[in-house]
Amino acid sequence: MRQILTVANKEFHDGLRNRWLISITLIFALLSLGLTYFGAAASGAVGVASLSTTVASLASLAVFLIPLIALLLSYDSFVGEQESGTLLLLLTYPISKSQLLLGKFIGQGSIIALATLLGFGSSALLLYSQLGDIQVLTSFSVFIFSAILLGLSFTAIAYLISLSVSEKSKAAGFALITWFLFALAFDLALLALLVGVEQGISQAGLTQLMMLNPADIFRLVNLSGLDSSDVNGALAVAINASLSQGLLFTALLAWVALPLAIAIFIFRRKKL
Amino acid sequence: MNTPLVSLTNAGKSYQQLDALKSVTMHLNQGEVMGLFGHNGAGKTTMMKLILGVISPSQGNVKVMGMAPDSKEAWHCRSKVGYLPENVSFYEQLTGLEVLTYFAKLKGFAKGHAQKHAMALLEQVGITHAMKRPVKTYSKGMRQRLGLAQAFIGEPKLLLLDEPTVGLDPIATGDFYQTVDQLKSTGSSVILCSHVLPGVEQHIDRAMILSTGQLLAMGTLAELRQQAALPVAIKPSGLNGSVSNDSQLSQFLTAKCPDTLWVPEQEKLNVLKQLLSLEGLSDLQVETANLEQVYQHFLSKHEPAGSVTKEKK
Repeated sequence: MRQILTVANKEFHDGLRNRWLISITLIFALLSLGLTYFGAAASGAVGVASLSTTVASLASLAVFLIPLIALLLSYDSFVGEQESGTLLLLLTYPISKSQLLLGKFIGQGSIIALATLLGFGSSALLLYSQLGDIQVLTSFSVFIFSAILLGLSFTAIAYLISLSVSEKSKAAGFALITWFLFALAFDLALLALLVGVEQGISQAGLTQLMMLNPADIFRLVNLSGLDSSDVNGALAVAINASLSQGLLFTALLAWVALPLAIAIFIFRRKKL
Repeated sequence: MNTPLVSLTNAGKSYQQLDALKSVTMHLNQGEVMGLFGHNGAGKTTMMKLILGVISPSQGNVKVMGMAPDSKEAWHCRSKVGYLPENVSFYEQLTGLEVLTYFAKLKGFAKGHAQKHAMALLEQVGITHAMKRPVKTYSKGMRQRLGLAQAFIGEPKLLLLDEPTVGLDPIATGDFYQTVDQLKSTGSSVILCSHVLPGVEQHIDRAMILSTGQLLAMGTLAELRQQAALPVAIKPSGLNGSVSNDSQLSQFLTAKCPDTLWVPEQEKLNVLKQLLSLEGLSDLQVETANLEQVYQHFLSKHEPAGSVTKEKK
């Protein structure tokens, strides 16, 4: 346990030193504050928009940004240390591979989690002070919690990439493709399936397919509670067949635990 | 003392196509310094990795402090082993002190203690002045010293050093060998892995010569010299041709260097006696084969000229 914390502590401080924490927090805060204030601009008004509009727009932005940030933060965690030779050195120390991996995960995960909490939490507080509605806090806590899980999930996926390739530049390429697939291509494919196939798939089938993508689970978590008037596309269909929040959170958690477990498995078998 | 600290029994490691190390048997006792010599790709690093337990042998077995180093039981022994990898660049954005403190913590030092230990080690390798600077500003030699300090963490019982003196200036090299001697006197064992370097001879007890994964020779320098049967070079001066006139002495002369007699070890004393009896002898230089010559000898015996195949790891 001590070893895990030592590694986590180092990774966390790296995140502070490289200004990751501050930049991610700033990005999230500016985005969410902007959306909160100007989200209603499209309908001709400046001022605090309705809660559901705000959360809907935040969720659709976060679903692109968070995976990208998590992948960027962690894609070189292992391949980088392998290239510089410190990975081999660390493995001669009294620390196991899973301890090293978990330590890194806790350290980098804390950076993502803290940035999400601070960045989006600030606009939650602002909205609460303006609207004075306790609903704001509950909606935002669901949003922030699921956003953290989404970030952790992509951190674990980044480790998978980092452990499977032997060069940093390859890892960067794979990270980009992974992001594109999960954040963009998957949804387009679903839409195509929905529109293009005559018999179509059932609502239940669509929702089940969405479980294959953590980004979509994140969307479902946050949009299912809102009026479907603010939501469109494939999601609107899926929402009507909505699953319980608990189930969705479990699926999101599985998307953190599973890649992490596979990453440990790959690391154990990796030759150095 | 009776059980060796490190022992390899017919240990070998092969990757898909390549036998990186073929059946090596060796023992290293406590307080012994072993020099491990060979070209790039000779299997030096593979052997070190086997001893470190980072890889498992594909044949034979490896024991360090009585346990297989890649097993779970050997876990706690790892804090008693120091390793300097051949190519390592430490976390560039951290300062030297931070890097060393991190590694000390991983070796089991408590927080405050780790930093104190790190500072002492930085002082020992002479980079105290730069300890608050990020590693990216370090020169090659300073990085190497930082690597050495890292290997010395926790007064290791066993040290494996891959090319420890690369990039060090002569004074730092001297300091390094002094540290090795000191560690040896406290009962630590050291495996020094290098290309043959001048000055390493007086600090090692035994040498091992590896080539393309095979153990070519092992023993103390005197034993290796004897095995190699390399001649002793004797350079008399002030004799004005009386050597070439002497039929017995002139057979040791070669065309290349007409002033030097190349004498087999067992003839050395006889020749010396003869030379000393000659009139006019003003000086006499006797040079036994050095490590480099012994090394070259074993390598050339192994690889007949012309059929040299380069293998890469």
